[in-house]
Amino acid sequence: MKKTIVLLLAVAVFLFGSNAFAFDPIPEDELQVGFVYVGPVGDGGWSYMHDLSRQAVEEAYPGITTSYVESVEEGPDAVRVMETFVRQGFQLIFATSFGFMDQVIEVAEQNPDVVFMHCSGYRTAENVGVYFGRMYQARYLSGLVAGSMTETNTIGFVAAHPIPEVIRGINAFTRGVRAVNPDAVVRVIWLYSWFDPGKESEATMALVDAGADVIAMHADSGAAPLAAEEAGVYVVGYNNDMSGYAPTRHLTAPIWDWGVVTTRVVGQVIEGTWQSENIWWGMDAGIVDLAPFGDMVPEEVRTLVEEERSRIVNGEWDVFWGPVADQDGNIRVAEGKRMSDEELLSFSWYVQGVEGEIPSN
Amino acid sequence: MDVVITILAAAVRSGTPILYATLGEIITEKSGILNLGLEGLMLMGALTGFSVSQLSGSPWLGIACAFIVGAGISLIHAFLSITLRANQVVSGLALTIFGTGASSFFGQRFVGTTIPGLGRVPVPGLSDIPILGRVLFNHDLLVYISYGLVAFLYWFLVSTRTGLNLRAVGDTPRAADAMGLSVSRYRYIAVLVGGGIVAVGGAYLSVAYTRMWTELMTAGRGWIAVALVIFAIWHPARAAMGAYLFGGVVAFQLRLQAAGTSIPVPLLMMLPYLLTIAVLVFITIRQGKGILFGAPGSLGQPYFREEG
Repeated sequence: MKKTIVLLLAVAVFLFGSNAFAFDPIPEDELQVGFVYVGPVGDGGWSYMHDLSRQAVEEAYPGITTSYVESVEEGPDAVRVMETFVRQGFQLIFATSFGFMDQVIEVAEQNPDVVFMHCSGYRTAENVGVYFGRMYQARYLSGLVAGSMTETNTIGFVAAHPIPEVIRGINAFTRGVRAVNPDAVVRVIWLYSWFDPGKESEATMALVDAGADVIAMHADSGAAPLAAEEAGVYVVGYNNDMSGYAPTRHLTAPIWDWGVVTTRVVGQVIEGTWQSENIWWGMDAGIVDLAPFGDMVPEEVRTLVEEERSRIVNGEWDVFWGPVADQDGNIRVAEGKRMSDEELLSFSWYVQGVEGEIPSN
Repeated sequence: MDVVITILAAAVRSGTPILYATLGEIITEKSGILNLGLEGLMLMGALTGFSVSQLSGSPWLGIACAFIVGAGISLIHAFLSITLRANQVVSGLALTIFGTGASSFFGQRFVGTTIPGLGRVPVPGLSDIPILGRVLFNHDLLVYISYGLVAFLYWFLVSTRTGLNLRAVGDTPRAADAMGLSVSRYRYIAVLVGGGIVAVGGAYLSVAYTRMWTELMTAGRGWIAVALVIFAIWHPARAAMGAYLFGGVVAFQLRLQAAGTSIPVPLLMMLPYLLTIAVLVFITIRQGKGILFGAPGSLGQPYFREEG
């Protein structure tokens, strides 16, 4: 008898314990959602796009309250900001920089009733989900445009740090370039910095001097488009529509729309159906897309991009489905094979068409 | 040959903001005051230069205002370190933190906009000189002004009585005081003028070089200038060498990459810092051997008139 009671108690405790991680529905007008940004909302790039996703939430659910804290340093400061949100009764927090990862986990452990969504990280917990997008799909499409527009067949790429995310983007872009222009090559300059406008414009000029007539980029400021406009070469922006920096030279830009994630998560939290998940959505979900084309992009290129776009969106094809050749022409992904997400997330080699070597460290 | 010329021209262009900052700090330090607020001053200069240029339509008004704002903020440092004799390292760092925060805050509405900025003005005659013309005399006016500033500062420190007095104040303030010089006055003016010139370096970045404003856009150039002052052994001409060397290394490695060569970039970027350390060792060994240019004797020490 005694044993049975103990067993029942144990089961009850187990059930109760696990129940703590099932979240109760929260009425819309009681839900408070906090956003933590690494940069100022006015950066015109990364944090600006995340703030648009906050505004999308307010539009979709007019009853709820949202709030944000901008320019939060990665580190202890992020803990303080998130704990303040929790103390004020916020039930859902979006942390929008990779560098907040450990702090999110720390605060989430202390507050199991609060839901955390962390952008671009990989650590999850019962109450921590992560989200990111398959930007490489949009980069591929921008590559189609760049490959069609180049006349010198040399395209420059201003890149921040040699990490898999950036290498994946360069490869996808190059696949797009080569799909329309097998003679074109992509030259990469590594800045070793996410953000240094001076260096970004100097790198652009160096690529132009080396013969590039289209510049693409993966860095956080608009300095490269600005320098490209001045040098009279075409440019593919990033993060958001950067045509403001290069009004006559901006072809298009692969851009983010985080709103599709934030509105869905908010809906789930209201219904009480939210569960921790690892979101890596593609263009079909609308999380990544292309900015409007510049006037100089001809009609047939627009049509081609639209066709390729619908193939990707419909799941008929994706950027790194075989055959994929590396720089030396060796087939790394055979026809009929696809690169797995793990392989994509640890990309460390260039595809055919990229010139130069990836720095070893 | 063309490649070499573009690299050298790029070295001058990207070295100019650092050169202004270094020259400004040399003036400040020659008076015996250490100002570690360069990064903050450059950021405030960059924002002021950009915003005033945009609102008024005149880049030169922007640069003038950057000078005034730089001098104005340096007044805080001057007051703390000269009048109140506070710790100069702490006060300078506070200036960096203040300038970083204030420029980010006030600069929000200017993010994402551009200005026509300073255009290139080839010097008639001089720009036709083979090689040298394109390297040195095919830039904007602010670059030419920096050449003049280097020459002027050298002449000022070596050949003028005021320059001699300034060096005396920085080396042995007690002796300078005994000569009847006002230590505080020299130091105040040096800190203000120096700070203003540093801010012009920041303004060059936003008004002439990138023609945009984003927060933290100086990306550490203020700290590079702090190191370059030592590299230059407080000598204006060597400051120019150092600044162009630094700009040149950046321009060189970017162009090597653009040419498709793979090079260990982080290693190359370390070079100017390694040289700075080497110079630091050199001048420490040679200390007190009567060199005209060198670390001011009382750098970083507050001056107490009677006490002690």
